[in-house]
Amino acid sequence: MAATLEVRGLKAGVGEKEILHGIDLTINPGETHVFMGPNGAGKSTLGNAIMGHPAYEVTEGSITYGDMDLLAETADKRAKAGLFMTFQNPIEVPGITVANFMRNAIEMRTGERVKLWNFRKQVKEIANILTIPEDYADRDLNVGFSGGEKKKAEILQLLILDPELAILDETDSGLDVDAVRVVSKGIQEFQKKEGKSLFIITHNAAILEALEVTHTHILVDGRIVKSGGKELIDEIFTEGFEKYIEADKAE
Amino acid sequence: MAKEKTFVEDVQRDLYDFRDEEIDFYRVDTGLTRDIVLQISEEKNDPEWMRDFRLKCLDIFTHSKMPPWGPSIDGLNLDNIVTYVKPKTGMAGKWEDVPEDIKNTFERLGIPEAERKSLAGVGAQYDSELVYHNIRAEVAAQGVIYTDIESALHGPYGDMIKDHFMHLVRPGEHPFAALHGAVWSGGSFVYVPPGVDVEIPLQSYFRLNAPGAGQFEHTLIIVDDNAKLHFIEGCSAPKYSVANLHAGCVEIFVGNNAKMRYSTIENWSKNMYNLNTKRVTVGENSAMEWVSGSFGSHTSYLYPMTVLKGDHSKMDYTGITFAGAGQELDTGMKVNHIGKHTTSSVNTRSICKDGGISNTRTSVVIAPNADESKSIVGCTSLMLDSISRSDTIPAIDVRNQNSDVGHEAKIGKISDEAVFYLMSRGISEEDARAMIVSGFAESVSKELPLEYAVEMNNLIRLEMVGAIG
Repeated sequence: MAATLEVRGLKAGVGEKEILHGIDLTINPGETHVFMGPNGAGKSTLGNAIMGHPAYEVTEGSITYGDMDLLAETADKRAKAGLFMTFQNPIEVPGITVANFMRNAIEMRTGERVKLWNFRKQVKEIANILTIPEDYADRDLNVGFSGGEKKKAEILQLLILDPELAILDETDSGLDVDAVRVVSKGIQEFQKKEGKSLFIITHNAAILEALEVTHTHILVDGRIVKSGGKELIDEIFTEGFEKYIEADKAE
Repeated sequence: MAKEKTFVEDVQRDLYDFRDEEIDFYRVDTGLTRDIVLQISEEKNDPEWMRDFRLKCLDIFTHSKMPPWGPSIDGLNLDNIVTYVKPKTGMAGKWEDVPEDIKNTFERLGIPEAERKSLAGVGAQYDSELVYHNIRAEVAAQGVIYTDIESALHGPYGDMIKDHFMHLVRPGEHPFAALHGAVWSGGSFVYVPPGVDVEIPLQSYFRLNAPGAGQFEHTLIIVDDNAKLHFIEGCSAPKYSVANLHAGCVEIFVGNNAKMRYSTIENWSKNMYNLNTKRVTVGENSAMEWVSGSFGSHTSYLYPMTVLKGDHSKMDYTGITFAGAGQELDTGMKVNHIGKHTTSSVNTRSICKDGGISNTRTSVVIAPNADESKSIVGCTSLMLDSISRSDTIPAIDVRNQNSDVGHEAKIGKISDEAVFYLMSRGISEEDARAMIVSGFAESVSKELPLEYAVEMNNLIRLEMVGAIG
């Protein structure tokens, strides 16, 4: 069930180093939030903290999804609740095909058996939308995939696993123009469905063009320094982050 | 993070750790003497040459020394091993004739079902004797002989057995080969005549069932010229408090232009000393394929050996070993290139966890006349924690200038990032780890017939579960 994600006063980091110094954020069903900011601002840390990466330690604050206290749950439970995250560098897992992996994931999440025939059909349809070869699904998960193929495989998983809230961590980085178009198309497919929320981290304007963006946040040094609508994206791409970085330093 | 909640053998082995009450079975005294060997020989109605052979082997055994290398076998007291246990029934041709308790054991192991699923014949060994033996009419009609060695010794193939029995694995090689020669009992004899392609795999499924009983089954397979065979051997033993010994022997003779595949999943109880010797000799233009999965046992010594005798002969070896708490599994393979243009390709995988020790020992010998031969050996290990141990011990001996030999060893562990990746898709930590390990083993499981691949994946799952608290 789609629910509202609430982040309150979140402080988090890796080891001794605090990266997020107090984040407040609300993502309602159906909203698309874009996160921009210079490298090292804490965008990925925020995504990982929400998803439950064990290397990121939350020291203060809360993250809830509906009435679920996410900080009390492991990543798999968060995924079962409806969360999903694409990885900047998806892990290669030899010996498990993309198709079997996705089928297992659905079965483990729902506790119901997935009918093979219907599933193959669904994979085929989505592969066609993403203009990726059908044999993709029969290859070992991410093994020997090019950077672009890995990103497309992440979007394939997004559409097959069909979560409620998807965190896309630079899914467009390192892609050529065509691949960006395909990835963007996949995200649009997801966005079209009722009540889906998106948390998009990107440095790339092209991927956002065709998307409906409801909120934009600028992160600098572990804080959200500015929030707005889609117009903020245009501002950043014309003027850059400098103004916000300067302001942060001045504080 | 991963703390041990339960011991694997306490709960997960329920599926296989059943045993029936021992009722009025014939047993010999514990310990090994000349009288015992003669008693076995008489009981089995051996031909004279076999009786003499047993006594010769006993003599070699009494004068042999334990190997100075490898895992400790101090826990093995041969005086405690009852060498021979025979179920009260003789051979049965029909399933209905097999006694109820023995049948129960087999039913729980799924043997008749496995047979129904396209397996050509079942020679299932219960303790030391074959009790159930069946071969499908069409295989027999092709002239294929598949029987227990004891009956074959007295039949028309007696001379063939005499000419091959322990000619490949000589009793003088090591104490357990000699011991095997002295007290061997049960096992399979397969002869595939020239030009016969046995399309469906032959399977033999045997297990130990008496406390302190050793098992010394002998498998003798002869694949004649232009013939083809896939033989499957699988073992699962219940666990006991006394040390158990398994010293089986497999000898395979592959003729010219022939093809042989030998697949096995061994799953011994965790007190078993598994000291097994397997060997094949391969003729011209022939191919030998080994698929081997080693699970369970307290200590294993297992190095299937291939002699590439004929020119242009080749061998592929795919093996996996899983060592858990308290286990030391010393596995690997040996290959001798004798013929010209011979090739060998080896892919071993080992997994260790909870302090288990896995050694991968390989030996490649290229003889002076084995011109233009090729060998590539790859050993990959996966360590599931920092208290386990994995070693790769390669030996390479090349005696000519024009052969090509390679060896590669890799060792790894499951990264937290990989586990998180799978968990972020809704897969529990336990399942994520099991999935990664199954994936690691896939190069082996994909070589197995489906039901064996499923069993192997189940075994991996069983071994993995319980590691996470």
